[in-house]
Amino acid sequence: MNALRKLFSFNGGVKPATHKTESSRDPIVPLASMPLPAQFVVPLHQSVGGIPQPLVSAGERVLKGQRIGAADGNFSAAVHAPTSGKVIAVEPRIMAHTSGLSMLSVVIEPDGLDQWTELTPLDWRSQSADAVRDWLRDAGVVGLGGAVFPSHMKLRAGRNTPMKTLVINGAECEPFITCDDLLMRERSSDILRGIVIMRELLGAEEVLIGIEDNKPEAIAAMQSACAAQGDRSIQTVPVPTRYPAGGAKQLIRVLTGIEVPHGQRSTDYGVQCFNVGTAYAIQQAIELGRPLISRIVTVAGNVGSPRNHEVLFGTPMAFLVEQAGWKDDTDAFVMGGPMMGFRMPTFDVPVVKATNCVIASSPALFPPPPPEMPCIRCGECARACPTDLQPFEMYWHSRSKNFGKVQEYSLFDCIECGCCSFVCPSHIPLVDYFRFSKTEIWDRERKKDAADEARVRFEARNDRIEREKREKAEKLAARTAASRAAAEAKTKDAPAADPASDAAGSSTEDGKKALIEAAMARAKAKKEAAAAGMDSAPTEDKPARPALSEDDKKAMVEAALAKARAKKEAASGEAASQTEKPASAPLTEEEKQAKIEAALAKAKAKKEAAAAPAAPEEVAAQQTASAEDDPVAAAIARAKARKAEAAVAGADTPKPEKKVLSAEEKQALIDAALERARARKAAAADSTDQEPS
Amino acid sequence: MISALLVMTGLAILIGAVLGYASLKFKVEGDPLVEKIDAILPQTQCGQCGFPGCKPYATAIANGEADINCCPPGGEDGIHKLADLLGREFKPLNAENGVEKPKAVAFIDEQTCIGCTLCLQACPVDAISGAAKQMHTIIAPLCTGCELCIAPCPVDCITMKPVEETVDTWKWRYPTFQLRQVSPGSTA
Repeated sequence: MNALRKLFSFNGGVKPATHKTESSRDPIVPLASMPLPAQFVVPLHQSVGGIPQPLVSAGERVLKGQRIGAADGNFSAAVHAPTSGKVIAVEPRIMAHTSGLSMLSVVIEPDGLDQWTELTPLDWRSQSADAVRDWLRDAGVVGLGGAVFPSHMKLRAGRNTPMKTLVINGAECEPFITCDDLLMRERSSDILRGIVIMRELLGAEEVLIGIEDNKPEAIAAMQSACAAQGDRSIQTVPVPTRYPAGGAKQLIRVLTGIEVPHGQRSTDYGVQCFNVGTAYAIQQAIELGRPLISRIVTVAGNVGSPRNHEVLFGTPMAFLVEQAGWKDDTDAFVMGGPMMGFRMPTFDVPVVKATNCVIASSPALFPPPPPEMPCIRCGECARACPTDLQPFEMYWHSRSKNFGKVQEYSLFDCIECGCCSFVCPSHIPLVDYFRFSKTEIWDRERKKDAADEARVRFEARNDRIEREKREKAEKLAARTAASRAAAEAKTKDAPAADPASDAAGSSTEDGKKALIEAAMARAKAKKEAAAAGMDSAPTEDKPARPALSEDDKKAMVEAALAKARAKKEAASGEAASQTEKPASAPLTEEEKQAKIEAALAKAKAKKEAAAAPAAPEEVAAQQTASAEDDPVAAAIARAKARKAEAAVAGADTPKPEKKVLSAEEKQALIDAALERARARKAAAADSTDQEPS
Repeated sequence: MISALLVMTGLAILIGAVLGYASLKFKVEGDPLVEKIDAILPQTQCGQCGFPGCKPYATAIANGEADINCCPPGGEDGIHKLADLLGREFKPLNAENGVEKPKAVAFIDEQTCIGCTLCLQACPVDAISGAAKQMHTIIAPLCTGCELCIAPCPVDCITMKPVEETVDTWKWRYPTFQLRQVSPGSTA
């Protein structure tokens, strides 16, 4: 029946030397026989999507399989501790990424016990599909073919199209890599159980397991597993060996004949594609409750014994390669295969979920590429391209950084398979140009989005300021008359406000001033009443109070005047600034100065008011003694005592002296502030003088 | 003769009416050129160009009152785009307006901040959160790096921090290859 299945083909593709037999001779080295490294560095960001939040901190003990990074939103996947031990640090470490940049990682020192956390399998048949998806997200299951896309996001049928075919990708077309091959040979029944779970979640009618025909053992193993399962809707289909048959879109095309158009998803056509490794991880996470903490990694290239190892995430690549026999002329590691892989920045980057293969590179194995020659437009790249693009055109425009044109040639359909670079007779690193263009375009889009947002916020702010100004003016106009009458009535009661109230005239500006005065007087009266109520030594304090409050009041009046002045200046300054920009700079300086003055005066007045009721030293001493258990009260008492001491040092009669002293202090502070403001103003004036020239 | 004249006059009136109607019906609101220029500008609203915001600068360019090389945050790239849009010659950035700097965002030293709200009032995009006598902080993703908050700060607690590259914002470098030393005898 399988032999009768009609297969389709994709255009292009290449047939590089496979180098697969070296690493596929021996079985997988199981986890049990792998020694533990001295340290695990587990990056938190190992999948596409949100960066998981760390759940542990340095010094904590973790168990094997314990969640150490929680998925950030639904489009993300959790991260787990690979073994039991102590968290040494949660800090940025170099990622398994070409850039050599650091990312937040959890560093774990194993305790050698390898003690599992409590594992609970999920009875998935009795759970809703959403519950199973959430389970997979929290188990950290992501696509293990290399794209590390969170699997639970893909286990969802298209909105409008019922799921017809589930494609399981066991093609593994890239040279050197044999991890999926060995996994299928050794653990086919587990993979099949994972496939059954996936098919249930997706509601797919049939399952096609595509395996390149250069892996006869894997095909046989999967076929016998399918036969044992007894489900005729799950079929193993050998596909012709041609790179990149393992690309998702290529495999879908070969198996179903569906070519997913630009800008659409395979789910729109009722097809979804998963890697065999992902199927195995799903089975482990659900039937055994084991989160994704390890995977099969091919160690190949310049090593003594190329082989597949089951490796815990966070294991340094150097440690892994040492297990396979390190050779001294190794100059770098390549993560992934030679066609699509990435050169690692250092030897000790950790193995992550995306690491399907580590190739030890040496000058003999991968000689430096010959120099790039001019493009002769032979069209070989276009013939080799499996996505039917025109790499020579895209190269041309990428080279001249004409990104709009590159996009017109469908740059984002490029899967970076490397076929074009492989066949180029001029040795042009075409894929490097396309990667460069892609990241540049993304960067520009990010900047454009940020600019658009900034524009919206700027306009919203301007609107708001306009509106507030209008509302304020309206409110003020409505209240001017009433407030003037109220202020006049109040000034009769409160003689302290006399000098200011004299100035009250008929203009709105004066009305405003009067309003402020009135408010001040009211506040003053209230404060006095309150102070009198809670006074601890009434007879002693009474005579001192009026004098003190007068001083206080003066400060308040000063503050009010300064504020009014500042407001007035601001109003006139704004009017000026709308017509002429340079004029606004000095005005705002003045405004600032006035504001600082006002703030200082206010603060001073408040301080005095606070100090007044507890003037006698005895009271202060008493308080220190009584409030030792209360730190805040103690601090206040200490401050009071210090103040009182300072007053005593000046003269025998503490109260009047203190007043004089604080007035001086105030003056000094105001002077200092003025000096500072003046200096800044001068500096600003200097720089603005230079600017308009 | 007369009929020909009538036909021509009739046609002229008809076409005139259609054009007149179209000019009313399909009237373009605002100046599309200003919008296009504004779309190219980086929207930092920093005023380094001498205009109080990106939109006024865009208007000035459209009216021919300002040159296209006065925007330091837009950089050479922005000038190229403006030159392409307006069909003008590329000019290097006018040094009087400032220099092109890597993108930075403001940072408030929270120990020094006195909560005076002056920077809040200066920020053109409301990217500073805080209130009077409360500590202020920059909402970094919204900060355009215009530096307008630095001057008003009375305690000089605001500094500009360059935005560091992350794995997500990292860009592939432009492909280059090493030049080989060729001995004089060999043919290239």
